[in-house]
Order: sequence, then C-alpha cells, then structure tokens
Amino acid sequence: MFDRIREKLNILADAAKYDVSCSSSGGTRKNDNKGLGNSHTSGICHTYTEDGRCVSLLKILLTNHCIYDCLFCVSRKSNDIKRAAFTVDEVVELTMNFYRRNYIEGLFLSSGIFKNADFTMERLLLVVKKLRLEQNYNGYIHLKTIPGASDELIKEAGLYADRMSINLEMPTEAGLKLLAPEKSHADVIKPLDFVQKQITQFSADKKLIKHIPKFVPAGQSTQMVIGATPESDKDIMYTANAFYNNFSLKRVYYSGYVPISNDTRMPILGTQPPLLRENRLYQTDWLMRFYGFKVQEILNDANPNLDIDIDPKLSWAIRNMQHFPVDINTADYKMILRIPGIGVMSAKKIVQARKFGKLRIDQLKKIGVAYNRAKHFIICLDSPYQLKDYQGTQIKAFILAESKSKYLKTDNNQMILF
Amino acid sequence: MTINNYNITSADIKPVYIIMTYIFDGSLQGLLTAVFEYFERKPGETMLKSTEMFQPQAFAESFTVITDATKADRVWAGLQKKLKKEWLRKFYCSYLSEVSEAYNHLFQFSIYIFKHAAGAESNYGNEHVIALSKYAKSVEREKHRMEAFIRFQKTGDGIFYAGIDPDFNVLPLISNHFKNRYADQQWVIYDLKRKYGLHYNLTSVEEITISFTNGINKQNPASILMDESEALYATLWKDYFKSANIVARKNTKLHVQHVPKRYWKYLTEKEIL
Ligand code: SF4
Repeated sequence: MFDRIREKLNILADAAKYDVSCSSSGGTRKNDNKGLGNSHTSGICHTYTEDGRCVSLLKILLTNHCIYDCLFCVSRKSNDIKRAAFTVDEVVELTMNFYRRNYIEGLFLSSGIFKNADFTMERLLLVVKKLRLEQNYNGYIHLKTIPGASDELIKEAGLYADRMSINLEMPTEAGLKLLAPEKSHADVIKPLDFVQKQITQFSADKKLIKHIPKFVPAGQSTQMVIGATPESDKDIMYTANAFYNNFSLKRVYYSGYVPISNDTRMPILGTQPPLLRENRLYQTDWLMRFYGFKVQEILNDANPNLDIDIDPKLSWAIRNMQHFPVDINTADYKMILRIPGIGVMSAKKIVQARKFGKLRIDQLKKIGVAYNRAKHFIICLDSPYQLKDYQGTQIKAFILAESKSKYLKTDNNQMILF
Repeated sequence: MTINNYNITSADIKPVYIIMTYIFDGSLQGLLTAVFEYFERKPGETMLKSTEMFQPQAFAESFTVITDATKADRVWAGLQKKLKKEWLRKFYCSYLSEVSEAYNHLFQFSIYIFKHAAGAESNYGNEHVIALSKYAKSVEREKHRMEAFIRFQKTGDGIFYAGIDPDFNVLPLISNHFKNRYADQQWVIYDLKRKYGLHYNLTSVEEITISFTNGINKQNPASILMDESEALYATLWKDYFKSANIVARKNTKLHVQHVPKRYWKYLTEKEIL
C-alpha cells in the first residue's frame, strides 16, 4: 500500500511538473465554516525546487493515461512510459494531509484524457466536490479545464475551484497544428470564453443577490510553450496580449521547452531549455501589466525579437532617448515608471517623498533606485552637469560594461526584474 | 599647562556637547513611555537605549525611564491619530525586530511624527522613516518565511507541532494566520530561541512554555510520540519535492536565494532520507 501510493505519486507528479503555473494567488476563500484552510490573497511559496521554482501547490495529474498524441507532451499516447491513476480518495487524502502539515497552499489538479473529455472532467469534479463538501476544505484549488468537456461540467467545477486554466500550448495555431494535429486554439478559446462569461455573470448577480456562490474567484490562466516551434517573440507576446484583453486572464505563463523526445520537428533531447528568453518574455509581460507599456512599443515589425543581452525596459529606453533625461522631481508617475533602474515601489516612494523637498542622489539610492543604471536617464537635484548628450548605443555599452562582471556570474536563467 | 608634553591652549578646549541617553526596559510600553517623558522633560537631543545595551559613558547624561502603562497608552493613542494602520504596523514590526538601533529609531521617529504635521511619515528622505521601513520589511519577510517554512508534525495525541527559531520575534505576527487557516486542528508553534510558544486549542490561541526533557531533539521532539501516519506523509512529501524538480533547469544559486540554508532545518523535504 505504502509503496503503491509512492509509485503513483512519483509518476503523476513527474508528469505534471511541466505545467509551470505555481501561482496560488488571487484566492479570497475564507475559513468560515471552521474547516481546514483558507486562501491567502498573495499566495505563499512553501518551498522552492532545486531549479528555483516556487512550490505552493500539490501539482499532480489524476492520471497520465491519454488518448491523444501531442508531440510536446510526456503523457502522449505513443510515449513508452509507466502509466498510473489515482483514485478520487487518494487525491483527497494526499491533499488534506499535506495541507495540515503546512506543506502546501492547495491542489493543482490536471489530467490526461482517458476515454473522453467528459469522463475525465467528471472525475476531476468528484475530487473537488469531495474536498469542499465532505472535508470542509477551503484551501486553494487550481483545476485544469479539459478541452471538449461539456458546459454543465465546467460550470459546476467553477463553483468549487479558485482558478481554472487551459493551455494554449503553442503560441500560434500553425505551431499547434504542427505538433498536435488533433488540437486547435478554438478548443481552448471556447471554454476560456465560457468560463469568462460565467465569471462576469456571477459577479453581476452578486451585486443584486448577496449569497451567491463564488465562481472561479481567482480567475483563469493559460500557458504557452516557448521554443518548441519557431514563433518570434512578437508572435508570442501579441497572442498573450490578445488573451489578456479578450478573456481577462489573470496570468499567461511562458514555459521554455524542455526537450522530451527525439522527434525532429522540435529541439531534440539534450538541447538547453531557452531560459533567458523565457525570462525576457516574463519581463515583457510585467511591463505590459504593471508598467503601463503597450506591447507594440516593445515588440513590432522593426523589433520582432527581444534583446537577449539587456532587459526589455532598458531596450525600450535606449531606442527612445528623446524621452530622456526625466526630471525625478517634476515628471509624471507614469514616466518615472519607465526609467530603467526604477521599479514600481521606488517610483511610488519618489512621488511621495518629493512633496517634502527636491530629491538628491543619496536619497534616491536609499529609496531603492538602482542608481548606476538610472543615472543615464534622470536628472535630480544634485545630478552632475552633463557636457554632451550620449547616444543610446553608448549608454548601452556603459551599462553592459558595468554589469558585465555581475552578468557573467549570474546564471542565465536567473529572474532579474529591472 | 603641560600634560604628557603636549601643550594645550584654551583654544583647544571646545565645549563638550552632552547627549542625553534615555534607558528603558526593552518593552514596547517602556519605549512609548520614553517618548512621553521626552515631551514632558524636553531634554534636547536624546538617544534611547535598552537596559541591556546601556553602558555608562563619560560626557553623557542618562535618565532611566520607568515604564508606565497610562503614559504609554497616551503616546500610542497619539500615534494612532497621526498614522495610518500601515504605519502603526511598521512601527510594531520594527519593535519586534529586537534590534537595539531600531529602538532608538522608533523613539526618534515618534518625536519626528509628533513634531510635524500629518503625513510626515511619507517623507522617505528622512533617515528614521527609511530605517523603520527597512526594519519592518525584514520582520515582515521573516514572518512570511515562517508562514511558508513551518512544517507541522502530527504527534500521537493529534496535535500538530512545529519548533522554530526565527531571527525576529514573529510569533505575535503569525498567530492569526495559523489560527484562521488551521481552525479544525490543534497546533503548537514553539519559538525555541525565545522559549515560548503558541497553542491553538480549537477555540483560542494561548501563550505557553514547554519544559523539554534533557537531551530531546526540540526541532523534532521524539519520534516515539509521533502519529503513525507521520512517517508516510513526510516520505510522500520528500518524494514529491524530488519529482517536481526539473533537472534540465537546475539552478542551485536561485534555490538557495529563495530558501536560505539556515531555514533548511525546518523543512521536511530537506531532511536526508
Ligand atoms: S491531451 Fe494533454 S495529456 Fe494528452 S497528450 Fe495532449 S497535452 Fe498531453
């Protein structure tokens, strides 16, 4: 019994780990019924894997049996691997016992498709219902929507899950068709759209009737695999942007493709996953969501791919030197946000602090501005007088020279945000 | 006048600038009382030190603050009037850092706040404002880490136990989080460094002290007392931690940055099998 459950967990956690979404944020479920658990609005990472990714959810497949044969997926039908399936009770017990020990924030449950979409979705639904209704479990639940499942099942699942997601897999329809001929973006768009409409409907009803149940309170997300097919960064981010806008997604995840087969339509085994590129895409995503950038400003026909050697914010600034230098003591908050070396927190502090008097270099440093980077783009009270205007390319050379030693020492796959 | 062959003229003798030192007992009430006394006595430039840290110095005058609940309450009420919740929290967190310089910054910050019009706390150009933000940030980070890294073990009598030794005194800050989350199980979180803990008994959280038998491993207090399912779930969790890793993405530096080595002793998944 002990060994059996260990083996299942090993197989079904291993198969689920390529879904990068770890977020447990955005939940608002309270522990009102004196049961177990609640969700923390900002989410908690309980530990980190040795590759540095946050672990906050027990991320498993219900089964890795699958009737499909998507080339990029370890669980594909034609792959010769061990198969396993949890029972509903096994998943419930694991979740409860991990949660009680403060190992996890909740459950991330996905599945290969066995028999058909509805049969699979029904099993997933059984797990979440049992947790919520029998165990009084109020911890976080992220549930995968199974493409092709009926609206009724999806709607019912949405009453118990905090977040639902369904993966685009490849950034473009053409890319998807290449690796998974049986799938299409339309299969993903339909349930995304359906859930989004339900969310809107429920929150409209909530304004009229107080005791309406929550429906997917933490919203929806999706994931794209990067580097398995030859899309440009522009293709990827334009798709992401469209999905953020059309379906109010909470997050889009970019997952650098980790080779799992020797099929020549994709990078073969042993190829390094494109981790730096993945990092640049996340930075762009942040610029769009928190820094007020339009995707077209960062990526366009003249610049279809992101710079690898510098981050996209610096890259934009260097291409747009006509906006700089910015006077820290008078500029708009929006413009201060765009200065390389200044993050959201520092920008807010600057706007507050300058009401008490004009700011100097040492104060900016204390506030948390990365001054060595920012100095090329700003003027403050005691900025040294600059004799000549530097070109963007020269500034890039300065910054690269300065951060060279640091840059070389950090591993390529480290996440550095501005 | 000649001393040790040095000639000292009257021009060399500058007036000694005497700084007043207030000494308090280390309690929050004591600290607030000190602020009260400052405005009562108007001693000029003043430093605050706790009894523990105080060493008498030449050219310094000192005054011992006697903790007084009424005076402390009045100062706290005054701060409540001038500061938003967020800043009262920063104030409290800085106090819980137990760093001796933080006590003085809190003292100076209070004086600064009372001497200025409302809103003075958002002056990030002021050294005490910045200092409090920094202390509060470290303490909040430690709080957050404890909420993440505490691992309960289920004991034979059904209580979920965790022993910790946080850098700062964060038990008061994490109490509510665990109470709300684990409302249907009894738990104990014990600060081994400060020798006190919290016990949730299904209704309320009580402060407790435990006397450990000599030689017991407090982090992991007695495998004999554990619930029989404990080993199973600890093993499954360790397995899970290993399976979730993607070897092709290995990044030890980032891993250690997120989970500094000093926390590894808490983590079930870091125990050697
Ligand atoms: S349907 Fe899902 S589980 Fe099945 S092969 Fe495709 S991606 Fe993998």
